[in-house]
Amino acid sequence: MPTLAPRAVVEAASTLILGKRSRLELALTCLIAGGHLLIEDVPGTGKTTLAHVMAQLFGLDFRRVQFTSDLLPADILGVSVFERDSGVFRFHPGPVFTQVLLADEVNRATPRTQSALLEAMEEHQVSVEGETRRLPEPFFVIATQNPASQIGTYPLPESQLDRFMMRITMGYPDPAAERALLTGRDRRSLLADLAPVADAVTLTQWRAEAESLHVADALIDYVQALIAHTRSSGAWRLGLSPRAGLALLAAARAHARVFDRAHVLPEDVQAVLPAVALHRLPALEQGSPDDAARALLQAVALPA
Amino acid sequence: MMFRRKRSPPAPAMPAAPLTNTRIGWLMAVAACALLPHADHLPAWLNAVALLLFTWRLAQWKLGWAGASTVVKALVVIACCAGVTLTFGRLFGREPGVALLTLLLVLKLHELKSVRDGHTVVLLGYFMLLAAFLYSQTPAMAAVLFGSMVVITAALIALTGPPAPVRALLRQSAWMLAQALPFMLVLFVLFPRVPGPLWGLPLDAFGARSGLSDSMSPGDISQLSLSGEIAFRARFDGAAPPARELYWRGPVLTSFDGRTWRQGEAARRLNDGTPHAVDGPRIGYEVTLEPHGKNWLFALETVAGLPLGARVSDDWQVLGSEVVRARRRDRFESVPTARPGREEWSAYLEAARRLPPDGNPRARALARQLHLDAGSDAETVDAALRLFRREAFVYTLTPPLLGEDGIDQFLFDSRRGFCEHYAGAFVFLMRAAGLPARVVTGYQGGERNEVDGFVVVRQSDAHAWAEVWLDGEGWRRVDPTAAILPSRVERGLADLPAGEPVPFVARADLGWLRDLRHRWEAANNAWNQWVLSYDQQKQRELLARLGMAQPDWRTMTAWMASLCAVIAIALTLWALRRQIAADALARAWAGIDRALRPAGLGREAWEGPFDYADRIAALRPDLAAELRTACTLYADARYGRAAHAPAVRALRTHARALRRHRTPPRT
Repeated sequence: MPTLAPRAVVEAASTLILGKRSRLELALTCLIAGGHLLIEDVPGTGKTTLAHVMAQLFGLDFRRVQFTSDLLPADILGVSVFERDSGVFRFHPGPVFTQVLLADEVNRATPRTQSALLEAMEEHQVSVEGETRRLPEPFFVIATQNPASQIGTYPLPESQLDRFMMRITMGYPDPAAERALLTGRDRRSLLADLAPVADAVTLTQWRAEAESLHVADALIDYVQALIAHTRSSGAWRLGLSPRAGLALLAAARAHARVFDRAHVLPEDVQAVLPAVALHRLPALEQGSPDDAARALLQAVALPA
Repeated sequence: MMFRRKRSPPAPAMPAAPLTNTRIGWLMAVAACALLPHADHLPAWLNAVALLLFTWRLAQWKLGWAGASTVVKALVVIACCAGVTLTFGRLFGREPGVALLTLLLVLKLHELKSVRDGHTVVLLGYFMLLAAFLYSQTPAMAAVLFGSMVVITAALIALTGPPAPVRALLRQSAWMLAQALPFMLVLFVLFPRVPGPLWGLPLDAFGARSGLSDSMSPGDISQLSLSGEIAFRARFDGAAPPARELYWRGPVLTSFDGRTWRQGEAARRLNDGTPHAVDGPRIGYEVTLEPHGKNWLFALETVAGLPLGARVSDDWQVLGSEVVRARRRDRFESVPTARPGREEWSAYLEAARRLPPDGNPRARALARQLHLDAGSDAETVDAALRLFRREAFVYTLTPPLLGEDGIDQFLFDSRRGFCEHYAGAFVFLMRAAGLPARVVTGYQGGERNEVDGFVVVRQSDAHAWAEVWLDGEGWRRVDPTAAILPSRVERGLADLPAGEPVPFVARADLGWLRDLRHRWEAANNAWNQWVLSYDQQKQRELLARLGMAQPDWRTMTAWMASLCAVIAIALTLWALRRQIAADALARAWAGIDRALRPAGLGREAWEGPFDYADRIAALRPDLAAELRTACTLYADARYGRAAHAPAVRALRTHARALRRHRTPPRT
């Protein structure tokens, strides 16, 4: 499928996830950019379905782990079990050995378990009992958090949040989408019928294409201006790190690839900025993330 | 603005900036560059002291040796001042001045405490470069000094700027100096020239120059060392006459005391202004004379046309109005066939017959005999010449020393000598025979440089010949050397046997070397003609050729200022070219915004081009297509790889179209 446009994946996904086109675009962008996705929202907004759909459309392996406070690292990474018949220890890979992993309610697990997952995300490999095992490629983690009920949770520290390229919220569907949802077929059965439109090879190719997209000096100037603003404006406790800047540019490239552009535009940066930047910016005062994102974008003029 | 600086801006010079080890290294390089061009003319002891002090400082810098104590430095200063006074006889003037500066510069290296001291070293370095031009103004020296200038300027940058690699500093310095070149050219060409040197040079600036002298005593010379230095160059209007006809007249020696020939009274008596009437076909030529410290000018015999201010002495030597301290160029006309002095003062003729009362008896007897045998004056001349040709006379540059009665010894015993011996002996014979005769010194011949057509006359072409006055004919030129060795006047010294101290450049073999030399000398000559002797006259000629007839200094200053301004603007534009091109795109893009803003359709500062196009398309579908095209053009140029210039032009067109349609159509 060499001529397939990334937009086709978004089209296919939006037959199932109604009225969430921009979220789908961001999720695809994150996948192409090789980052991991954190979805923060109340239950029942389609987080699981989104993860499932992305895996299904690319024909990727999919696993789901429900994080709880008694989940242990071995429950995710795998464990060596002594086999009486053969008399040796054999490694039983955990659910992390997959291509798309949905980590549900990641903030319910203990920091120890969380960091086991996050290290696997960062390194794309797992070290168990002194042996290093590569994770399959592509490896894409979608983690979810429930921001409403914080009782008995271990919120991810900022350093760990940084491991996620993007953080998005799903939000409620608009009335028309909600109506279609209510009147339409059951999502589960639809999901079962969903045929893959792309594969892992296409994904790798898109990733390479995104990385080779032309980035003009003017665009670098813009990214730098945005980063500088977060550091100097005083609206945030800390500004964006250099790693955040790299992630912003990589995401903007992938976004430009999703939109089939020949070069990266400020629009690409602006589209990914809230998702890439906000979870890395510890806010000084409480306020809506959307407002914060808009304030950041509107404070920085495009360099001429 | 998309102006991205490649280099971090240099930090402002801080008074308390530390004099780092690197900077000290730079200052030592400054001293080395500034002193090397002077090494060949400073006394050896001074070079040794400077080298010693420099090496000591180098060891201190590199190997961590102990520095010189105050006492040592004070002693060195006192000793060196004493040495300079002893060597030059004084403490002021060019030579001792440069010597003192050399010492102070090297000593300053031992006194480096702050960046301020570093600035002193750099300034001294620049001054020493300037001083080097007092000694030599050749193109090679200019090139060397330019290289030194790059190093010193790099040191100045290193002294005030942030640390940078050596190559980067040298490149920056060279680039800065290269930018100064066009200004230098404009100032050089247009700066109003005053006749004569711009400032008074110290008198000893033109000290020892090799050249002709106003006396000759051939018997005292055992080895004539000739120099290949150029005496003057001549360019003829037409083809140059053959070398054997080129007799460039210099001092005329009429008085003889038995050993030494000297200039007579007539040499100082200038012709009273009535031009010597010389008839015959004239040849015109231009002589570029190297400075030689006398007021003699050299022209072909017999000179008929003189440059302004030049006079002819009573014995036909051309004299300038002042001592030739700088290279000068003059136009002459000569009539080679003419014989001067058909009518001569009897008192002068009397002086030209005068000999010391006694000495050289054998020569006197020979002369009387020749005159008796010959019968007429003209016959006597021929007989004497025949004598030289017949007897076994040898032309050599290494003659034996002659004692008392030198002429006798030469004519009858040694018979070895060079032109001065022959001319002197011949004139002695003529006088002894009762004929008025005199020795003429000057240059004979010259070598034509095929590269630029100039005839080059060197110090090794210096010559002496004789003149005999014949009644009814005037002064006849007689060259006894030509009778001995005809090739001397035809081909110069090139044919002398090996072992004679002929200067390297005058040898005939080594043809490729001669060709190389011709090229090098032609380049030198071009440098002399156009750079060193670019005076008021030459400036006028050049400006007239450029269409500025008779410019006064106001016009020239105005031109100079405007040209410098143009260069400054051009350089600035060139340096900012990327920014300007980017700004053109930004202006064209802002033009779109200006076109639509009055209708409330302006772009937000943070809005991307396509977001803007989409927003306006929703508000004003009639403008959508036009604006979308414009936005695509801009985005392709700004964020893509599209060329800026066509995008700028198209954007202007779209801005005009949008301005026309920004008012909504009435419905």
